[in-house]
Amino acid sequence: MRDVAIIGVGATKFGELWDKSFRSLGLEAGMKALEDAKLSGEEIDGVFIGNLSAGRFIDQQHIDALVADYSGMATHHIPATRVEAGGASGGVAFRQGVMAVASGLHNTVLVGGAEKMTDLDDASINHIMDSTADAEWEAGMGLTLASLYAMIARRLMHEGTATREEIASVAVNSHFHGELNPGAQFKKAVPIETVLRAGPVASPLGMFDCAPITDGAAAVVLCPLEDAKKYTDKYVKVSAVAQASDTLALFQRPDITTFGATVAAAQKAYSLAGITAKDVNVAEVHDDFSVAGILALQDLGLYKKGEAGKAFLNGDTKVGSGKVAVNTSGGLKARGYPIGAAGVAQIVEVAEQLRGTADKRQVKDAKYGLAQSVGGTGSAVTVSILEAV
Amino acid sequence: MSSVAREWREIPGRYNLEGSKCECCGKVYFPKRDFCPKCRRESLGKVSKHKIDRKGDIFSFSIIHEAPECNDFLKPYAVVFVKTKDDVLIAGQLVDADLDKIQIGMPVRAVLRKLDSDGASGVIHYGFKFVPDV
Repeated sequence: MRDVAIIGVGATKFGELWDKSFRSLGLEAGMKALEDAKLSGEEIDGVFIGNLSAGRFIDQQHIDALVADYSGMATHHIPATRVEAGGASGGVAFRQGVMAVASGLHNTVLVGGAEKMTDLDDASINHIMDSTADAEWEAGMGLTLASLYAMIARRLMHEGTATREEIASVAVNSHFHGELNPGAQFKKAVPIETVLRAGPVASPLGMFDCAPITDGAAAVVLCPLEDAKKYTDKYVKVSAVAQASDTLALFQRPDITTFGATVAAAQKAYSLAGITAKDVNVAEVHDDFSVAGILALQDLGLYKKGEAGKAFLNGDTKVGSGKVAVNTSGGLKARGYPIGAAGVAQIVEVAEQLRGTADKRQVKDAKYGLAQSVGGTGSAVTVSILEAV
Repeated sequence: MSSVAREWREIPGRYNLEGSKCECCGKVYFPKRDFCPKCRRESLGKVSKHKIDRKGDIFSFSIIHEAPECNDFLKPYAVVFVKTKDDVLIAGQLVDADLDKIQIGMPVRAVLRKLDSDGASGVIHYGFKFVPDV
């Protein structure tokens, strides 16, 4: 297996982008990544794209063909592959791209993620999100994805592992960083009272505990590490990308206050990268619901059980604290959550941090960065580790 | 919209809480599984039908205020994870309960209710919901 490098990154602005179509979003992110890598595009020999549900959001299946066509790759007959893994679609697409280059089957690969959500009404969008849980025995019984995360939150509070304030502070952390990110959907810090007083969605979680509905796309360009210098001097190394699975339904697990797939993927990723959790300087975690941020930091081994909530509440997760900076992009909550794009956008942010181009959000001397992408209630998880060179 | 067949084939589980029991290790599953994830190939052909105990205690709960269209008229409504007396965790709605008084550990039992329907002339979905067991 060959070592792999990220030589270019790009992302659209995230938000309710009424004037942008799925096609224009995907193209914009891809072109930005190619421009960043100083490639013409002719070098690309494979494309992987993360997307949850263009079929239901915009009635378009077969988006692999659409992406190949509109990015000008179909005329060269470059293979394009669409990847779906619930909320982890972007993370899994990234892993597919890395494996393609590492194996030697491909040399220069574009990994993209895109979702156009706002062409549908909110209730329909949420129903599509609910189908990333067990459609027959969770969503079909009247449960929503938000209510499943609410059950996790309730258990954490019941067991004394996290307080309501600690859970809310995950959103406060994301919004704090969102204000520093010009591409974020919500560029505004919020006090904890705003989160606690927001209208209820699924108790104990309210509107500010839930990531928004977002349009957006992100892309990265990969090549063998040994070739990276030919293109650019601002590249980062992909030290590991691991993936793990768990039961589709949350209620099928013995403990709902931990995601076994995150634990498994993290252990594998640390082992592949030859580091421990202590070496991580910056982390992008999947805070589609605030409580997921607490599970993430604990399951990734960055904090002990019961300590992650305190870290968020104390502000230890903020850039400049000297501890692991978490969701410097604004996370899914404030940067936005265009589902298939989210996992790739995390990689874009971590790469920016490691090459020192994260502007106001820059974590000083970041050496190792981590990204965790989650599908459903932890049924699919990827953990990627990037390294500054 | 779902077909009649899709609804009909899930009736044993939806109406009667029929799950599965692995004859190799004795583990009980709900919903049904055709083979046991623990015993794997050894369990092929050795997984029998098994009805889950209808009684249990609330393991976790949430009150839903933002619902899909088919359940919009229900909101706010309660959903629960229930640990049954045979130690299986299952998910469903909790009805006929004071939303302010729901607690972890509260005893409940499963009853047959209408779940939702596919519009005015579509399939009506029935299945279990939980009620306080007093």
